[in-house]
Amino acid sequence: MVRDLTVARGDRLLIRDLSFSVGPGEAVVLTGPNGAGKTSLLRVVAGLLKPMRGAVELSGESEWADRLHLIGHQDGLKAGRTAREELDFWCRWAGANGAGIERAVETLALGPLLPLPVRSLSAGQRKRLAMARLVAADRPLWLLDEPLAPLDARWRENLGLLADEHLGTGGMILAAAHDPMPFEHGVLDLGGVA
Amino acid sequence: MLLFRREFGLAWGRGGGAIMALAFFAAITALTPLTVGSEPERLAALAVGSSWLALALASLLSLERLFERDFEDGALDLLAIGPLGLVGVSAIKALAQWVAIGLPLAVAAPVAAAALGAPDSILPLTLAAAAIGGLGFAFTGMMGAALALGSRRGGLLIAVVVLPLFAPPAIFGAGLLVAAAQGLPWVGGLALIFAWTLFSVVVSPMVAAFSVRDALG
Repeated sequence: MVRDLTVARGDRLLIRDLSFSVGPGEAVVLTGPNGAGKTSLLRVVAGLLKPMRGAVELSGESEWADRLHLIGHQDGLKAGRTAREELDFWCRWAGANGAGIERAVETLALGPLLPLPVRSLSAGQRKRLAMARLVAADRPLWLLDEPLAPLDARWRENLGLLADEHLGTGGMILAAAHDPMPFEHGVLDLGGVA
Repeated sequence: MLLFRREFGLAWGRGGGAIMALAFFAAITALTPLTVGSEPERLAALAVGSSWLALALASLLSLERLFERDFEDGALDLLAIGPLGLVGVSAIKALAQWVAIGLPLAVAAPVAAAALGAPDSILPLTLAAAAIGGLGFAFTGMMGAALALGSRRGGLLIAVVVLPLFAPPAIFGAGLLVAAAQGLPWVGGLALIFAWTLFSVVVSPMVAAFSVRDALG
């Protein structure tokens, strides 16, 4: 999936000649110190950042964007809009229909939050709102950047259950994390790559 | 339509939205007689040019946040990997900006021109020219906002980049309305505004997409 990848930000080389793959039902967690290139690698795989060299290949015939979800550090949610408006927009933008959105509301217990403006939500609630599109729209590859950071113990466990279900149906996960993840995964340490 | 509805809502509220743009437009119009004198003949001669200048400046308001807010909160990442691509996203942002801000300004343009003493006969043409030119302003302004993305003092940079590009429609627009007021042919001027707007609608989203892609990387 990732072949001979070299990634730089400005003048700084982050990743050199990296190759690895994530197959159906597999999860790989990127580890390494701050600045090792974990987020940059996720952005390269998402198509947001061009590598200096190398290539990323995603299996399947649909458009690149239709094959992945990106849950980044920033959630893209607008503080002045309601959780319902943001949920509807981002889930539909990801290709979800009404039934998918309702499933996400139920799975992530978002119902009581929906009438509230995003600015009144806690960091953990915002993260759950952002994660709704993972449930609402079925896409094979999840790119997760520090997904556990603002979640409490209950929702960390629930994220593990969601991930297990996704992997059980042939999905793939590539995550960047400092903390142990609540699902079975391989580890790719970027600490000494560059 | 999904993205347009969202962008329209954000444009309506961004930086005070249409109300702020209209208030700014009215303020410039009100300042004109205070600065050049209130003689009706002099004001009538300046009415068309003044209203185009006010239209161009009011169109600049709120452009700074067109991409900046989405860039800061991560929405631009998600829009970029969405189904439309950055060219489509940029075009829809500009279109929503035009509907939310440009069209109310176009409706106000004949009112301002009339208040400054422009003849009634050219007011419908003022509306049409301002609507078409405003679409070009929105697309060109969107391109300027994309080029300034991530830079400090982006608002100033947008004005420096965009205002020279606003010159052709302002010149053609004022010229055609002066010609119409004098009973001279004006269709050529309207065609030139239309051509400039069409060029902007086609080219600006591509330049903006390239610029946004560069800022995201």
